[in-house]
Amino acid sequence: MNAEPSLAEPVTAATGFDLQLRHITKVYPGVVALDDVSLGIGAGEVVGLIGENGAGKSTLMKVLGGVIAPTSGTIEISGETVDGLTVQQSFRHGIAFVHQELNLFDNLSVAANMLLGREIRSGWLGLVDEAAMARAAQPILARIGARFRPSDRVADLSIAEQQMLEIAKALSMKARLVIMDEPTSSLTLSETNRLLKIIADLKAQGVAVLFISHRLSEVQRCADRVVVLRDGRNAGRLDRSAISHDAMIRLMIGRNLQARATGEAGSGDDSGAADPPAALEVANLRTHAYPGSNACLTVRAGEIVGLAGLVGAGRSELARAVFGIDTAAAGDIRVGGRTLAGHTPREAIAAGLCLIPEDRKLQGLILDFPVSANICLADLGAVSRNGFVDRRREARRAGEQRDRLNIKVADVARATAELSGGNQQKVALGKWLALEPRVMIFDEPTRGIDVGSKAEIYALMRRLTERGVAILMISSDMEEVISVSDRIAVMCRGRIAGVLEPPEFSEHNVLTLAIG
Amino acid sequence: MQKKDLGLLVLILVVGAVGAAINPRFLSPINIANTANLIGLFGLFSIAEAFVIVTAGIELSVGSVIALLGVIFVDMVVNLGVPWPAALAITLLLGAAIGTLHGFLVTRMRMQPFVVTLCGLLVYRGIARFYTSDATAGFTFGASFPSLEWVFSGRSAGVPHSIIAFAVVAVIAWVVLHRSVFGRHLFAVGKNEEAARFSGIRTARVITLAYVICAVLTALSAVFFAMYTRSISPASHGNFYELYGIAAAVLGGFSLRGGEGSVVGVVLGVVLLQMLQNLVNLLGIPSSLNFAVTGAVILIGVLADQQFTRYRERQRQLHALKHATAEGED
Repeated sequence: MNAEPSLAEPVTAATGFDLQLRHITKVYPGVVALDDVSLGIGAGEVVGLIGENGAGKSTLMKVLGGVIAPTSGTIEISGETVDGLTVQQSFRHGIAFVHQELNLFDNLSVAANMLLGREIRSGWLGLVDEAAMARAAQPILARIGARFRPSDRVADLSIAEQQMLEIAKALSMKARLVIMDEPTSSLTLSETNRLLKIIADLKAQGVAVLFISHRLSEVQRCADRVVVLRDGRNAGRLDRSAISHDAMIRLMIGRNLQARATGEAGSGDDSGAADPPAALEVANLRTHAYPGSNACLTVRAGEIVGLAGLVGAGRSELARAVFGIDTAAAGDIRVGGRTLAGHTPREAIAAGLCLIPEDRKLQGLILDFPVSANICLADLGAVSRNGFVDRRREARRAGEQRDRLNIKVADVARATAELSGGNQQKVALGKWLALEPRVMIFDEPTRGIDVGSKAEIYALMRRLTERGVAILMISSDMEEVISVSDRIAVMCRGRIAGVLEPPEFSEHNVLTLAIG
Repeated sequence: MQKKDLGLLVLILVVGAVGAAINPRFLSPINIANTANLIGLFGLFSIAEAFVIVTAGIELSVGSVIALLGVIFVDMVVNLGVPWPAALAITLLLGAAIGTLHGFLVTRMRMQPFVVTLCGLLVYRGIARFYTSDATAGFTFGASFPSLEWVFSGRSAGVPHSIIAFAVVAVIAWVVLHRSVFGRHLFAVGKNEEAARFSGIRTARVITLAYVICAVLTALSAVFFAMYTRSISPASHGNFYELYGIAAAVLGGFSLRGGEGSVVGVVLGVVLLQMLQNLVNLLGIPSSLNFAVTGAVILIGVLADQQFTRYRERQRQLHALKHATAEGED
């Protein structure tokens, strides 16, 4: 293998790469995922692909990757019509993906990851030549301005660095089109800026970039053109001069976004009245992540407390300890005045506390189970008699939640995996709403969720608080924390650094406390 | 009954019909009764295995447990003079203890089921051989325990009691696995343990219980086997039975990744495997080929099932497409 010298060759615009998807339709049983969608992208072009969850972006990506075959439509790459695009063909044509979930092996080195399956070998035994691989990887890392070395272990890289490695890997395969799916969702502001600069560099080098994101300001900054999908169809396209926040949202949801009136409505009403009782009290809680810090926090009935903080401040750990997934090192947890001593989820649920976890696919749902089984999973007792599940009652209860939350599924017996991301999140919510909880902890409830569904979830949270539910909302989205919360608790290294009341709400105040 | 099970049933009928056509003795009352007896014996621990497999675990010590509890049971009844109902109860309790230990090691000590039960396979076999000083344990010639023999190796109206026990256990297992809350929890834990935990399911308890159920059923099966062979040579008694149980479960649609399978499937799996063994004998196929035939049938069965599933998926897609186009034209 003498792939070594050619790896770092910059791709030039002269490659004349051009991809045209024409009239792509993909039909699943009961669902039309894509309906006559067309999309074109050429060398040196950055195209933003946006749309609500379930708009068909993921399906379109799978078509591009050759993972699924479209039911009808044509794919044309550099003037050549490709019938039945396979994963290998897509790869050979220089289409590379940087997925939202990173596909790296953290037990291997940077160079080993970059050249996985294309290892450089030497000697008569053909053993892996680590040094040559490091030499081959170095120029590519330099090209995107990475500061880590080819010999570093991926486990030691930050999320942002891992993302850069994914991009480097794509480039090492001579990618002519890099598709980035929500690449900034776990990046800090400065890391995001760095990524946007890398995208600009790629563009200058003639690489085409398809940028999928819910963060419209980033799309606006980097895209030459924006393609909007809605309900599996082309909802419109915006050229560079026409790209604006409002224009994108209008096309995505097909109407003007309602002003965030819901946030203000609730908080005004309670003023003057005596403070409602505390629904959740956390006293001197020490988690195993921060055994040296005490966290104290109170959430009253009918209010939304935003829990802000930097990534790694211990917010999810706090939530897990309160819910009893992890045992706390020390501390008292009271729900409605009742002390939770057992530190088990079961006890927390019985006391009326629930947690909607951050990772809905891994923690929130059993994707292969029917929608009905997921909705009833946390409280099978309510739909069973003498220890036996009553399937009729189960279906009825699931149907109620489906109607209440407007979950788009014809039959609750369908597997949850068949639903779009937004609808899956609603199923995860429905599981708890059926229990009529007293305290709900939302961990990043709108991460990776489109604008329309976000508004729906905020409205739902507000309706819940009006009925006296106490909500603790963990969120890294500053705008969300400030607009949705009645009070903001800011966490820093395992302790509550401060609690802000509405007059003090500002990005500056939150950050000051968060940095500590 | 799931479509998967129906396919297996059809396969059983076809194999049976072909076998019967070639050698009519296959359908003789004596042969049917003998085969039924074996189905009952092997079925008990196959269902036991299924309970662990559905949690994404594996139980490799089944054969060794059958040997160990078998010699202990026989020793209690023959040499120690323990009344057999008491000996049975003690055997089942020992089974429960073994299951609890396995469950504890898997859930609390977070060891891999494969490792725990592989060590169990070696340890219990060794203890069984040591217990009898590597000698055969059994009923001395002429020893008679009429009630014990009637219960475990007798027949009622020509039906062997082992298959009656198997039928009863299968019905209970079906209800537990497919209709009870506990069964739903088993499937949930097998499919996604993390999400099950976040739903408030006591996953450690559910998994431990699965191992306990498995070991108690294995203990029951050990007594049936002891009474069937009447003499137990601890070095070979029950060898490979765990693999037989796993094979029946896999043939019956259980996924080793957990969270999938049905009791009907495992019952049919056991029936098919026993029928094949029987036919190997009846059709004059060299008995040395026994394992090869069994292995090939499992492989082909699982392969055919997967191909069929994919075919059905394609048909469903086509149907949906037609449906969608029809709607579009409206």
